[in-house]
Amino acid sequence: MIDCKLSRRDFVKTVGYFTGAGALGLQLISVETIVECAPLEFSASAHTVELTVNGLVHKLTMDTRVTLLDALREYLKLTGTKKGCDHGQCGACTVLVNGRRINSCLSLAVTHQGDQITTIEGLSGGEELHPLQTAFIEHDGFQCGYCTPGQICSAVALLEEARRGDASFVTQDLAHTGRVELTPEEIRERMSGNICRCGAYPGIVQAVQTASRTL
Amino acid sequence: MPFYVGSGEHSMNPFEYQQVDEPATAVDAISRWRGSKFLAGGTNLIDLMKNTVEQPPKLIDINHIPLRGIEQTPDGGVKLGALARNSDTANHPLIRKNYPLLSQAILSGASPQLRNMATNGGNLLQRTRCPYFMDPAFSRCNKRTPGSGCSALEGFHENHAILGASDQCIATHPSDMCVALAALEAKVRVRGPKGERIIAIGDFHRLPGTTPQIDTTLMPDELIVSIDLPPSPYGSHSHYLKIRERTSYAFALVSVAAAIDVDSGWIRGARLALGGVAHKPWRVEAAEAALAGQKLSISLFEQAASRALSGARPRRDNTYKVEMAKRAIIRALTIAGGLA
Repeated sequence: MIDCKLSRRDFVKTVGYFTGAGALGLQLISVETIVECAPLEFSASAHTVELTVNGLVHKLTMDTRVTLLDALREYLKLTGTKKGCDHGQCGACTVLVNGRRINSCLSLAVTHQGDQITTIEGLSGGEELHPLQTAFIEHDGFQCGYCTPGQICSAVALLEEARRGDASFVTQDLAHTGRVELTPEEIRERMSGNICRCGAYPGIVQAVQTASRTL
Repeated sequence: MPFYVGSGEHSMNPFEYQQVDEPATAVDAISRWRGSKFLAGGTNLIDLMKNTVEQPPKLIDINHIPLRGIEQTPDGGVKLGALARNSDTANHPLIRKNYPLLSQAILSGASPQLRNMATNGGNLLQRTRCPYFMDPAFSRCNKRTPGSGCSALEGFHENHAILGASDQCIATHPSDMCVALAALEAKVRVRGPKGERIIAIGDFHRLPGTTPQIDTTLMPDELIVSIDLPPSPYGSHSHYLKIRERTSYAFALVSVAAAIDVDSGWIRGARLALGGVAHKPWRVEAAEAALAGQKLSISLFEQAASRALSGARPRRDNTYKVEMAKRAIIRALTIAGGLA
């Protein structure tokens, strides 16, 4: 890496805001993590952005070139989101931004001020898995697991898209606007942005179909 | 600790970043910085910056300009905001109902994630996926480095142009959406330092000629503000057919946007445009003329298909596209005409 010679002096300051919630005690509602980096010699521009990830606000100062994917993984150490191709072709980096699935590798972090970002780490409720996580386990929707966080984030958005009636290329009747019935053909088309090189597709399709019936 | 902006010669160039929230500011900003680029969805631009094909000194983030609306116009057409996302455009009730051809074309392209990011304006400005253009490891590409030559001429060109190419460049335009827009005779509304102007979709993209580095007639200091669709008489008598190497999430080898204005089995008028065959969405008016005023029939569609490909000049490894395009046209017209 060209930048290894450059020292990145950073410090992390974590401030927790606590508030009383109910009779039993305190509940963490917001944590602000401030990561500041020394300006890099050749960096044209450092920008400060507040990223809201899984409900927590993180204030980051970083080079304009940093993608949302790298901000999540390398700055916030949320390594659940994976880097596969880094070119928007594999879907391993899929996260939800304001509820919509996107490829975080093709999106600059500085553009996400004020957005609500949800990663695989933010789907479960504590020890309770998200129904799609449960369904992926139940149906063996993975082998090596590298693409799985992206698959699951993608599927979470897919279910919402189908619920509100979004069409896909295989939807026969575009004039029909109600909830979409998620046939295996519809699921395959709607999950086509997530590649699984282990070929766990049959389990993935079943997992999404099962979750669509329970959610 | 490595700084995560890429590595070695394949690292993104450093750039300034500015957010703007109105068209006038955007045009002013881009006029001041030579080589700067507007950033919308970024799905193509950021990718090309990672490859160092694009090295803008400054990105002007236009995502906060209120150009996301999709609305009916007084003439019964629809205005598509330049910053409306492809997914929102394809799924807008007005588009699904009145322009299903456009919904189909958009939904046939890329992936749900990319369509959620990609904007209508950005789709128009997609650059070719010719591998010699996309990868600077190849030294010869007239589109990337004018005058350096074209490796595709004798190299890998299975997916390249069979119509309208030059000896400087045989790249194809990758968009599906634009093929439908060509058939629907859309107009691109742009804003520059001197105000607004309208470019017909057929005049928006260029043929390569001797200047393949220039994809469109949009000036570097102009901002696309909307894509205006005239009222469509075609409705459900339209079809977008896409042939590709896998069932989904792949660029077209050949695609066809077919729209027929049908009256009791007779064709009042038709529009036909091809994707994956040229440097721009390839509208075939000669074939449209062959269809107009005739009775719907497969043999008529065969004549139209032959006429559409009469000027084809395939190269060594893409001759298959000529027959593929003819058959795709016949099939698309058959479905659009309700004869399937």
